[in-house]
Amino acid sequence: MSDELIRLSAAALGAKIAAGEVSSVEATRAHLDRIAAVDGAVHAFLHVEGERAIETAAEIDRQRAAGAALGPLAGVPIAIKDVLVTKGMPSTSGSRILEGWIPPYDATPVTKVREAGMIPLGKTNMDEFAMGSSTEHSAYGPTHNPWDLDRIPGGSGGGSAASVAAFEAPLALGSDTGGSIRQPAHVTGTVGVKPTYGAVSRYGSIALASSLDQIGPVTRNVLDAALLHDVIAGHDPLDSTSIPETWPSMAEAVRRADVSGLRIGVIKELDGEGFQAGVRQRFHEALELLEQQGAEIVEVSAPHFEYAIAAYYLILPAEASSNLAKFDSVRFGLRASLDGGGTVEQVMSATREAGFGPEVKRRIILGTYALSAGYYDAYYGSAQKVRTLVQRDFDAAFAGVDVLASPTAPTTAFKFGEKLADPVSMYLNDIATIPANLAGVPGISVPAGLAPEDGLPVGIQFLAPAREDARLYNVGGALEQLLEARWGGPLLAQAPDLSVHELTATEEGAL
Amino acid sequence: MSEITAEQVAHLANLARIALTDEEIEHLTTELGQIMHAVEQVSAVATPEVPPTSHPIPMQNVFRDDVVGDSVLSVDEALSGAPESDGSRFKVSAILGEEQ
Repeated sequence: MSDELIRLSAAALGAKIAAGEVSSVEATRAHLDRIAAVDGAVHAFLHVEGERAIETAAEIDRQRAAGAALGPLAGVPIAIKDVLVTKGMPSTSGSRILEGWIPPYDATPVTKVREAGMIPLGKTNMDEFAMGSSTEHSAYGPTHNPWDLDRIPGGSGGGSAASVAAFEAPLALGSDTGGSIRQPAHVTGTVGVKPTYGAVSRYGSIALASSLDQIGPVTRNVLDAALLHDVIAGHDPLDSTSIPETWPSMAEAVRRADVSGLRIGVIKELDGEGFQAGVRQRFHEALELLEQQGAEIVEVSAPHFEYAIAAYYLILPAEASSNLAKFDSVRFGLRASLDGGGTVEQVMSATREAGFGPEVKRRIILGTYALSAGYYDAYYGSAQKVRTLVQRDFDAAFAGVDVLASPTAPTTAFKFGEKLADPVSMYLNDIATIPANLAGVPGISVPAGLAPEDGLPVGIQFLAPAREDARLYNVGGALEQLLEARWGGPLLAQAPDLSVHELTATEEGAL
Repeated sequence: MSEITAEQVAHLANLARIALTDEEIEHLTTELGQIMHAVEQVSAVATPEVPPTSHPIPMQNVFRDDVVGDSVLSVDEALSGAPESDGSRFKVSAILGEEQ
């Protein structure tokens, strides 16, 4: 029973709870049991709510018994990326500098999932302050990919993706600044969506780069992502960059998925050199399937995408160096103690030296450099111009097609340590995902299969014009249906049994 | 564009209030040089006629009346995460050093 419950989709679990076939307490307990069984090997969670989650679930069960009108995900457990602040739950953003901090308020997306009756299971691991593509930059140790525990789960949101891939949670919240929702989805065989910039409130999201960050769903299938998207999207007066927009139901877009006549543009620059053969193979097979259903596939060019990474690694550190100034040892988090007390500046510098990891220091120094007098125009100013050029590429492409498609990332999951010593090669992971953040457009990654050469998951990414998030759910939902018919079920059904892996990992001392 | 020196990194670390060790400064000097070399290509296409974009979705500044909102933290809540407080205010160490 318990194993059956954790393998249900969020939609199916919500329906069972609504029908009274299973209680929220039972569903929550099943997931907590699963976390206890496998998270030693996966390490998706930095904090688990435990009995407090059971109490929350019991409250939802009571409301239901009393006849309250509850939504489709009421009673369903959810994992929350540690970048979102949570009242009464530790929130570290993967950093030592926030170790032990219990925020006094909830981020807006957390408020919304609580209002929808969902049960927070805990906080998921991430690269420190979301800086990374592998979770290897988490101050609390990496998360392991459920498909192969020796490999990265993607990043920065590797914890959220691994938690749903390992059936520890039916769905999760993530944040995507340059691909931190979509790239983990790609390497773990799960679904991840970066909504249009401003569609979901950033209030209470510990900011990395404010003009790029966006909160979104992390799930095992497209309908679950749509249901969660419908819960968290909407204008929030507490976030001045939140868009005052009325959104159509994303869940409806999935249920009515139909790609006949849909024009799909394949981005030429993201379909060649540097992309693994098996990644490209599954990508093109997926496109063929869509074509057979009546979609029209055309090649489009985005000539400035090759400059997107460079622009991103100037804009992001610049914004991050400013955002992370708030970690000053005064209002929250760590404070280093110095002999003789020291001045406030000395304490601040010692605290930040002790509390930040190497990647965070690297990017703060890089951002400080890019913003400094004499270099500002050449670096930050030029990067902002590239941003304009990337947006123009999108505008030109979307003039002729409804959605764009590319592989989500160049390779399947790599092994721990493989790219740690070379920051530039680590940054190249995000080549296909970064342009969407620079332009604010929405993107989805959907499983496309396993690469033949290594048997690891591959994702396909679709991008739509700003505010047209529903198009992603239409094409993603349609493709998922076609692929699952071919596979005879979800891709994750082919993932290895974690209990076996857990043993192996322990025997090898990999924990 | 320009080579990065250890002195520059030390200066940047001071501006960013991070007490880097000499070893970290040495390491970062090399790495920053490599990263800057990789990102300098932005200048190749950032010609004068291209306007800069700072925000992905065009929007106006958002104002509201300057009144106390609904979800305001109490003093206790605001101080709850502080490393040190006197019960009603954040407490910090000396602002000025002896030489000042």
